[in-house]
Amino acid sequence: MTTTVAVPRPNALNRAARIVLFAVLAIVVYAIVLWVALQQSWLTGSDALPSNQAFGVAIQQTINALSIGAIYALIALGYTMVYGIIELINFAHGDVFMVSAFLAMGVTVVIFGQVPGSDITNIPFLILVLAVALLLVMPATGLLNMAIERVFYRPFRGGNRLAPLITAVGVSFILQNVALVLIGSGDRAAPQVFPLNWQIPLGSANVSVLSIFIFVLAVTLMFGLNLFVSRTRLGRAMRATAQDQQAASLMGVDLNQTIALTFLLGGALAGAAGVVWGLRFGFVRQDLGFNAGLKAFTSAVLGGIGNINGAALGGFFIGFTENLASALGFSRWSEFLVFLILTFVLIFRPTGILGQQLGDRA
Amino acid sequence: MTAAPSTRTATTPATQAPRGWRGRARGFAEEHRSTSILIGMAIAGALLGILPKVPPLALIQSANPWYDAFANAGVFVLLAMGLNVVVGLAGLLDLGYAAFFAIGAYTYAYSNSPYAQQDLPFFPMLVVGAAVAAVFGIALGAPTLRLRGDYLAIMTLGFGEIVPIVFVNTDPFTGGTNGIGGIFRPEPLPILGEFSPLTAFNYMIVMVVIVTVAMMLLYRLHDSRIGRAWMAIREDELAAAANGINTVATKLLAFALGATTSGFAGVFNASKLTIVSPDQFSFTVSFTVLAMIIVGGMGNIWGVAAGAFIVFMIQAVVLKQLSAIAETLQRAGLLPPFDLGPLHVDIAKVNFVEYQYLLFGIALVIMMLKRPEGLFPSQVRRAELHEVNEELAAEDATSDATLSATESESGVSAPGSQP
Repeated sequence: MTTTVAVPRPNALNRAARIVLFAVLAIVVYAIVLWVALQQSWLTGSDALPSNQAFGVAIQQTINALSIGAIYALIALGYTMVYGIIELINFAHGDVFMVSAFLAMGVTVVIFGQVPGSDITNIPFLILVLAVALLLVMPATGLLNMAIERVFYRPFRGGNRLAPLITAVGVSFILQNVALVLIGSGDRAAPQVFPLNWQIPLGSANVSVLSIFIFVLAVTLMFGLNLFVSRTRLGRAMRATAQDQQAASLMGVDLNQTIALTFLLGGALAGAAGVVWGLRFGFVRQDLGFNAGLKAFTSAVLGGIGNINGAALGGFFIGFTENLASALGFSRWSEFLVFLILTFVLIFRPTGILGQQLGDRA
Repeated sequence: MTAAPSTRTATTPATQAPRGWRGRARGFAEEHRSTSILIGMAIAGALLGILPKVPPLALIQSANPWYDAFANAGVFVLLAMGLNVVVGLAGLLDLGYAAFFAIGAYTYAYSNSPYAQQDLPFFPMLVVGAAVAAVFGIALGAPTLRLRGDYLAIMTLGFGEIVPIVFVNTDPFTGGTNGIGGIFRPEPLPILGEFSPLTAFNYMIVMVVIVTVAMMLLYRLHDSRIGRAWMAIREDELAAAANGINTVATKLLAFALGATTSGFAGVFNASKLTIVSPDQFSFTVSFTVLAMIIVGGMGNIWGVAAGAFIVFMIQAVVLKQLSAIAETLQRAGLLPPFDLGPLHVDIAKVNFVEYQYLLFGIALVIMMLKRPEGLFPSQVRRAELHEVNEELAAEDATSDATLSATESESGVSAPGSQP
């Protein structure tokens, strides 16, 4: 969790400016790397691009990477908050994300009568649809996550560490198979109501407005979460609980409430990720959560598990890595690449990029 | 029992055997582990040989498919006994167990198929496949086991996920999604004759022998210094380390042993199915084995073996037959279609096999919540689990009492202690 308790305002502004500067720098560096890589025939096989075309593709892919990274970051936040507070890998979190993607699909199809393949070009109506989807799905998955904690994890609190971990795997499996029984296997087409052909021409590149929307939405949510955790009373209770449960409890923090709140927030963020997933990829499937969960967890570990900003950073890093692999034509190796990252992080820097010292209790 | 025969039984009162023939049988089993395993498995093998030929089982299907199912169940019994060492004894969560199964199976496919143009003998290859899986187990475990236990779970989950992906992606060497087919069957045995789909009995007998040997070895380890070290680590790693146990090496041994058993089972399975393909080794396999050991009773070797056998038979036979049984009942007029207004379910048309993993998931979670020691708990484990619960309850009770005492004294309610 975040370290500082009360930061004077000018300092905070400075910090925000530094984060923005770092982000812009990272994005520019990635675009340049991609631009150069796309021109190398030894990397891309026979289809190396000429310089100006490569530039356009690089810009487009960078924006795409930002949107997929934003989705991973939103899911990773749920892993990192839960791990930070009760030291449990919530294996069911990826499947909560899957449920939210189905719920979002249900909202657009059932309430607004949209079918897969239909665009909404009327901007106020589009905003209404997206707002309703987010406002229904985020609380719903938040409550689902909270209920999972209440029913399946709370009985193990304070006991041995293996039992809740195994139970979490079981819950993940149950969610996946309930979806399998109710909906069936294979891809289900989701309505992509956000018009995909809305693009901003930028030199030889066409930048997708949807990707920008996803990125902005995710950053807004993360900013809100950061404010909540660092500025409110409940946020302070969360940080206190993450540091030392017993001490927090003695200081008057209601542990049950705080832990439930953590699950609620994590589930809601996964819900937002699920809503934009359908818009971005146009399909949902029952085993979606497994892969997405693995990548999001890797993001959380990479950024430093328990650290909110770290999870966001890790999510974007994994998004960029995956995007780089697919832009260069190695998309079927992207899972392998993510696993390699996980392995190397765990071997060489188990605390992650921004992580603090972890407890050595096994 | 008047005097405890060994220090072990003396320290844990829960292991005191009941009087009478059961007590004597348990005493004999403790004193002569290997002999009792030999006797038990001989009885089990004989029952498995005879039961399919007599009515209740013979009515459902003929003997050969039964033997085939028993041999397949043996593969899962072996897998469960191996995973039990990792999860049940050493307390490490391995979620990529199917990866080592895959590595064993592909090792055999490379040594015994027209694809590889090799035909090496089966029985030595069992050991080779197991050794290759062990190497991978050590390579994965060595860096990870130094970290906290949770990381092993996620690393193995990732490993289990990427091993099939690597087999799919490196299609020039592995046949891609189609895998490697036409794997040669084991060479004929002296008395039993050759191995073929029609002589599933031979596979079953070989499997019974393998399980017997594995069980004897695992019980020896369980009762040894290493076995006690595993259990010490499971209960409290810090305390175990403080008592001079090299925790990393001991955990690595458990993890490698699990991988070895899995690789061993993989070789057998490849030779029996005569084909290996990446989709045989998905996460569902790892999960099924995990559910088997939880249901059977983590830490108890014969318990997990029995649990694996029962769960596998439910999966392979009961669920498959359920639709047929429902249909027969319906035709006899005993079972009307299930009709609730708009919810019209024709039970004869429900595909019960589709629900199997949902059932496994529910079974696993319920067992963890309500009976974590499993259906066939080991005495020590049950004592430990309940001791912990009772201790916690007692602690809660005392702290509540103290709190309420302070409250009534000071007249101020302690913050955060809502009833």
